[in-house]
Amino acid sequence: MTKRFSRTLTTVIMALISVVYLFPIFTVIMNSFKNKTAISASPFTFPDADTFVGLENYVRGVDFGGYPFIKSVAYSLLITVLSTVAILLFTSMAAWYITRVDNKVSRAIYYLCVFSMIVPFQMVMFTLSKTADTLNLGNPLGIVIVYLGFGAGLAIFMFSGFVKSIPREIEEAATIDGCGPVRTFFGIVFPIMKPTLISVGILETMWIWNDFLLPFLVLDIKEYRTIPIHIQYLNGSYGQTDIGAIMALIVLSIIPIVIFYFTCQKHIIKGIMAGAVKG
Amino acid sequence: MNKRQLSKYFPIFVLPAFAAFCVGFVYPFLHGIYLSFCNFRTTGDAKWVGLSNYIQAFTDRGFLYSFVFTVAFTLVSVVLINVLAFTVAYVLTSGIRGANIFRTVFFMPNLIGGVILGYIWQIIFDGILKNYATNIKLDSTLGFWGLVILLCWQQIGYMMIIYISGLNSIPDQLYEAAKVDGATKWQTLRKVTLPMMMPSITICTFLTLTNSFKLFDQNLALTAGEPGMQIGGETIYRTEMMALNIYNTFYQNLNSRGVGQAKAAIFFLLVAAIGLVQLYLTRRKEVEQ
Repeated sequence: MTKRFSRTLTTVIMALISVVYLFPIFTVIMNSFKNKTAISASPFTFPDADTFVGLENYVRGVDFGGYPFIKSVAYSLLITVLSTVAILLFTSMAAWYITRVDNKVSRAIYYLCVFSMIVPFQMVMFTLSKTADTLNLGNPLGIVIVYLGFGAGLAIFMFSGFVKSIPREIEEAATIDGCGPVRTFFGIVFPIMKPTLISVGILETMWIWNDFLLPFLVLDIKEYRTIPIHIQYLNGSYGQTDIGAIMALIVLSIIPIVIFYFTCQKHIIKGIMAGAVKG
Repeated sequence: MNKRQLSKYFPIFVLPAFAAFCVGFVYPFLHGIYLSFCNFRTTGDAKWVGLSNYIQAFTDRGFLYSFVFTVAFTLVSVVLINVLAFTVAYVLTSGIRGANIFRTVFFMPNLIGGVILGYIWQIIFDGILKNYATNIKLDSTLGFWGLVILLCWQQIGYMMIIYISGLNSIPDQLYEAAKVDGATKWQTLRKVTLPMMMPSITICTFLTLTNSFKLFDQNLALTAGEPGMQIGGETIYRTEMMALNIYNTFYQNLNSRGVGQAKAAIFFLLVAAIGLVQLYLTRRKEVEQ
């Protein structure tokens, strides 16, 4: 009896905490339907007949700041998908090679990768953006190479850990059957790596989608603005602040994340675990 | 796979990732080390100045202040995030109803990027603070706690996931044994759960430590380092963390880029050192398995 009661009580308390926890997001959604004066004057009240503006903020938001929001969404999506695919493909190949061909070069690359994981972005921020500039990588395709390069360390490290657990016999059997390295990798090793590919893919997606400083410094931002860059631009001193439009844009930029979470919930949790085990 | 046969395939398997790694990390890193000893505006006009940039960095009040601020912020955040995340994970694994829904709620903020999080909280804080005729950019104490709340809100969910999986992996026999021995709930938590959770605690402490220490996006979006304060002709930004200080040194004054790069190198050494020390200290406490 008391145990059941305390359990119910805990559930009620957790429910209350959850409401408080989601309060900031509710506030933004609520305000995205109010007029500018009402947002600044009373941000925590529901829209009423006087302050409700329907979708007006959204209509202004989608091309606010002289830059169509849909372009930002498209660039964010393009850069995230291409970079993640490039990282998964090339680093899993590299990790398999350096784990199986255990020589000085392989070991040097491996330790270099581990080392790169502790280097903060600020250390390479300026030189990386200049290098990218020199090589003309300041566009949505070029930045894929930058992400592959800067993200390679962690990815190779995680894939190497997994490759070590794959029994060599499986690959040897393929060799005896006459498969070359390329066929062995794509026919046998790559499919076995699927769980790790998903985990690393989730981690990279979450990083690249939300990344601000790297694309801000590398991309030509007159042309290419990802969602975080766009939001930062609108809120900074660059344009006159239209708080209603910004609310609408914040809501719009959260929607893809929520969809992503509910479609990949299971994998996201596994991805976090895989990333965490390695510290 | 025959090692000798495979080793010829270096250009196909390793070269694409390695070439990009050189462009995206190795070269910028080495070049960054070199430039920290130079005066420069662009990469082409670098002049060797020896240790002068490092001396300037260590005597830069704003930088030293940002170090103290970052350390204080990191200590508070690490403790709060881990205690709260552990508590939530502990409650959610105790068999309450709707645990999955609660897990989703707590995790959700983690998926939102730092810049957007910063603005969401700016709206919330300023909405509350305007009743007291102030705002988050006017008061450094409020700015500090604002950043702490923001980071807690973002990181608790992530750490909670790691703690939940740690708690679920503790074998039931241990709890049964504790019960047979007549241990109270509190004793079980202290003598069974916590020691068994040390690997998860190590990981989460390490993650929150580096995440807090390297914080940038949230800092830029929430307070942008404001408010500023004049001391001896220098402006010190009261809520500016190290990463933001380095960024501003680079991009607000083009003549101080060498100093910015030296600060970045110092920052790198600090991040690396903290990581290693912390890992060493907590690994010792782990239960041998």
